[in-house]
Amino acid sequence: MARGRQQRSSRTRRSAPGGGRLRAWGADHARAAIGALGRLSRSRVASGMTAGVLGVALALPAAFLLALDNLERHASGWDDGAQISLFLQEETSPDEQQGLAEEILQRPEVQRTRTVTPEQALAEFRELSEMDDAVAMLDDNPLPPLVVVYPEPGTPAGAVEALTRELGRKPAVARARLDLEWVQRLQAIMELSRRIAWLVAVLLALAVVMVVGNTIRLAIENRREEIVVTKLIGGTDAFIRRPFLYEGAWYGLLGGVLAVILVEGGRLVLSGPLERLAELYRTGPLLTGLGLDGILLVWLAGVGLGLCGSWVAVGRHLAAIEPR
Amino acid sequence: MIEFDGVGKQYPGGHEALRGLSFRVDPGELVFLTGHSGAGKSTLLRLIPLLERPSRGQIVLNGINLARLARRRIPYLRRRVGMIFQDHRLLYDRTVYANVALPLVIAGTPAADIGRRVRAALDKVGLLHRETAYPVTLSGGEQQRVGIARAVVTRPPILLADEPTGNLDPELSEEIMGLFEAFNRVGVTVLIASHDLGLIQRLGHRYLRLSEGRLVGDTLNDGAGG
Ligand SMILES: Nc1ncnc2c1ncn2[C@@H]1O[C@H](COP(=O)(O)OP(=O)(O)O)[C@@H](O)[C@H]1O
Ligand SMILES: [Mg+2]
Repeated sequence: MARGRQQRSSRTRRSAPGGGRLRAWGADHARAAIGALGRLSRSRVASGMTAGVLGVALALPAAFLLALDNLERHASGWDDGAQISLFLQEETSPDEQQGLAEEILQRPEVQRTRTVTPEQALAEFRELSEMDDAVAMLDDNPLPPLVVVYPEPGTPAGAVEALTRELGRKPAVARARLDLEWVQRLQAIMELSRRIAWLVAVLLALAVVMVVGNTIRLAIENRREEIVVTKLIGGTDAFIRRPFLYEGAWYGLLGGVLAVILVEGGRLVLSGPLERLAELYRTGPLLTGLGLDGILLVWLAGVGLGLCGSWVAVGRHLAAIEPR
Repeated sequence: MIEFDGVGKQYPGGHEALRGLSFRVDPGELVFLTGHSGAGKSTLLRLIPLLERPSRGQIVLNGINLARLARRRIPYLRRRVGMIFQDHRLLYDRTVYANVALPLVIAGTPAADIGRRVRAALDKVGLLHRETAYPVTLSGGEQQRVGIARAVVTRPPILLADEPTGNLDPELSEEIMGLFEAFNRVGVTVLIASHDLGLIQRLGHRYLRLSEGRLVGDTLNDGAGG
């Protein structure tokens, strides 16, 4: 008789269609996710504070990296302004000067060239410096013929430097100067800032993992009896783990949402003064936001780190709870 | 159904709770386990759903050698063995209904079937009208019946009960034992630990006697009132 019962129950289980089992599995996940969210909302103050800490920890690196992105965008505009000034030997004739400019223009890494004769240079100088009288006192034009070379935008700094050295060796060229150094310095500083930002991001990510881990550890402690009873009546490890993993993921998502609000809110606060600055300097928009990609990335980071934290807590503490 | 062969259990610290235990319970049997306090009754029961592992000997359950059961298979073993405890082990922040539904939820029973099966189990133990109550509002006997409903709701072929009437007066005790007899009549194999030898002898089923971890008696006690 017992055998009959057994076979009957195992037959019903086996005959359950695959779709039904998948649905049960989905229902399990939905129950765990909704249950975890319910527990979060029941202890609103405590979970709010945890989410707040996570929000700040996620917002800081996001804001830092966003600011660097903005800075880089503007700096790349300046980068395109790189130019090589070739000061020629004084005795170079205008024809030779023109010939040299055309020869240089043939090079693929050169976008355009401009020639400035000593007379033009002097005129420009007068105009700019408003020192007509002083210049008039010169009996000889001291300015050399000049060829200005504009490299193709986006040419790497190293290539531009090599080009400068090479052009400087031409016999007609007295001196070659590259107006790039400050851009390089800026780029070096930004590279360093980026490294620092990532370092801070990694440390704060660690903090997020630890905060979530500790929160989940407490949640496990609070639900010890439930875990024990669930193990007693045949709950699998995955079943017991699931609500805690979802809890961690929810915390991460809440932190991510809060971080986006903080970053975008901060941008809003800065937008007034920045707009004025942009007007004065006639640049484009100075500060672009996270954008959809950035927002999703912050949320993903939050969820991922939250899962990480709860995974660590679950791994360390669930196994220790065995039915007594 | 349940086979012990030379089973010994030594707890960490050296105490030998069970020694050289061999017996067999056939499918559909109802067997009592008796002996004074500390004789090893709880220990014996806990070995069956692998809440403890034996130190010696082997246990075969429904043809499965428990020593060879992988750790990850243990939950599935426990789903086939209904356990009832003296202290009920209910979840006090959940309703009677939720407590009884838990094994079904764990087993991934489709939501549509859960309500029907929970009510069927509650009906069997006579608590259908209390499904929305919280366990603290129930008497000891009622809580024990919730525990029984939870153990049988998945229709396991084996029921184990550790002092299920330990805190109850004689009348309620007989009522609870009556429930076990009813499950046994529909084919469930039942093993009940109880130190109440008087009650056991009145009920008239086979009983095993433990003393200091050894099996000292296996009485058939077929004649009612024995
Ligand atoms: N977890 C444990 N650790 C150490 N000793 C234990 C443990 N559980 C029970 N014991 C000991 O094993 C013996 C048998 O206990 P138990 O199986 O609970 O007996 P019973 O249920 O018959 O009263 C007792 O001496 C008890 O002290
Ligand atoms: Mg006991």
